[in-house]
Amino acid sequence: MAGEEDQTRRSGGAVPYALLSPGMLWLILFFLVPLGTLFKTSLSTKPSRFIPELSFSWRIANYTDALDKYSEQFIRSFVYAGAATLLCIAIGYPVAYVIATRGGRFKNVLLGLVVVPFFTSFLIRTLAWQNVLSDNGPAVGLLDHLHLMGLLDALGVAVDGRLLATHAAVIGGLTYNFLPFMILPIYVSLEKIDLRLTEAAKDLYNNGWQAFRRVVLPLSMPGVFAGSLLTFIPAAGDFINAQFLGSPRNSMIGSVVQNRFLEQGDTPTAAALSFILMAIITAGTLIYAKVLGTDDLI
Amino acid sequence: MGRERAPEAALGRLGRWSLTSVAVAGFVFLFIPIAGIIAFSFNDPAGKFNIVWSGFTLDNWRDPFKPGPLTDAMFLSLRVAAIASAVATILGSLIAIALVRYRFRGGTLINLMLVLPLTTPEIVMGSSLATLFFDVGVDKSIQTVIIAHVLFCTSFVALTVKARIRGFDWSLEDAAMDLGAPPWRTFSRITLPLITPGILAAALLSFALSIDDFIITLFNAGPTDETFPLRIYSASKVELPAQIDVLAAIILLASVAILLVGTMFRRRQT
Repeated sequence: MAGEEDQTRRSGGAVPYALLSPGMLWLILFFLVPLGTLFKTSLSTKPSRFIPELSFSWRIANYTDALDKYSEQFIRSFVYAGAATLLCIAIGYPVAYVIATRGGRFKNVLLGLVVVPFFTSFLIRTLAWQNVLSDNGPAVGLLDHLHLMGLLDALGVAVDGRLLATHAAVIGGLTYNFLPFMILPIYVSLEKIDLRLTEAAKDLYNNGWQAFRRVVLPLSMPGVFAGSLLTFIPAAGDFINAQFLGSPRNSMIGSVVQNRFLEQGDTPTAAALSFILMAIITAGTLIYAKVLGTDDLI
Repeated sequence: MGRERAPEAALGRLGRWSLTSVAVAGFVFLFIPIAGIIAFSFNDPAGKFNIVWSGFTLDNWRDPFKPGPLTDAMFLSLRVAAIASAVATILGSLIAIALVRYRFRGGTLINLMLVLPLTTPEIVMGSSLATLFFDVGVDKSIQTVIIAHVLFCTSFVALTVKARIRGFDWSLEDAAMDLGAPPWRTFSRITLPLITPGILAAALLSFALSIDDFIITLFNAGPTDETFPLRIYSASKVELPAQIDVLAAIILLASVAILLVGTMFRRRQT
């Protein structure tokens, strides 16, 4: 593959660097450099709440204090994001599979239907869910009518006859908002599978499930991997779903960063929390890539 | 028989049946809040919050762009998205062309730099950029918002365009040159038509990303710069006018129209 590509590429002396430099400069100046100032901020102290100035002091305690104080929100963020990612796979894989294998000439229409809901604003979508799940809303009404609320209470999905302000509502909102990021990469990887391979697998195993598990599933893993990253990462840093669909008991680490940074003016703590979040996610991504054997994806 | 896609054939009847039901349920799930938005755009709310159904009305649709903070915010967002996606489309496309067309040192590093912003939570990108502006003493304004939007859009554009233009038959360029076409003519007649669809798709994507961005914008906007998502966020604590649902429905309809036109355009091309 690489060799094929190299043939069509030419060496252009300074030309490629000229093409690259404006965009890369932007990325360096406004992405890499800010990570540096974020790090610096995370080790600074703020002499007073009322003065915005910070003084850099190698204060590592910012990190230990932040972890001590907000470990609960950290754990909750990762648990919620993990649950949402699994749910996205559970819903998104069948959707992608059905589109890829049965879409026929409606493939593009079906893909369009996956994307269309996400043309409305993220906040409006989440507010609409708040509406649907609210105590006097249609979901509770319908489930009450079907006498299913008791069952949902027993399962822990609903709490005291409420759907809103529960773990389930926040996880559901995260699942909803990041679902297309799971469906599309899985669809792309399923589309790439060679017809003959699955036919051979069917002859070989003489069992549909075995053929699926041994051939189709492994070949679609790069899609699941990419989809999981694209779902888990934004979900872990999100705070809108927790704020609109949860209660303060469901707050995630994003809420804390936002509150510390923008409302309390406690930038060093917010910076330390941001940095920890990024470190955990980067480490997690690398481990995940190793486990699934898709190192070459990133 | 032979027309059946093979991965499909791999599953038994029961497997197929349960897969289809999950997929149908998935589609229903995707459209639940959309149904809610459209329904409530016709609601006649009793109080300041448009959350309880209290009667059908067409009044909300009479003047969706009535003067007010929500309409102002929407037009501000459109302006920001237009500027940010234009800049990002240029920067990102140049990167993609360099990566696909030229051999040079450091390609892996460039690719890593493009992927990193996508694997960084928005809250980290937003807060880190805000610390930079604070550190160098730049006041947050609509310019800082545009800088932030160009940043995350550039990565998306570069990766999208790169994926679209990889594998093109670039020897057409050489053929045109051999036939005596001057370089600018080769570019305008061969190269540009080849890469335009990919670039347009990337531009649309970055426009959509910019207009809907909330978290990064929240960290980098000045106190009076209310984009559409920021306005909805601050308003949602005190009121939820039906106008929000009307505007959301309009955005939805407009995007579907653009999507349809795009599909028809592509079909005519092939």
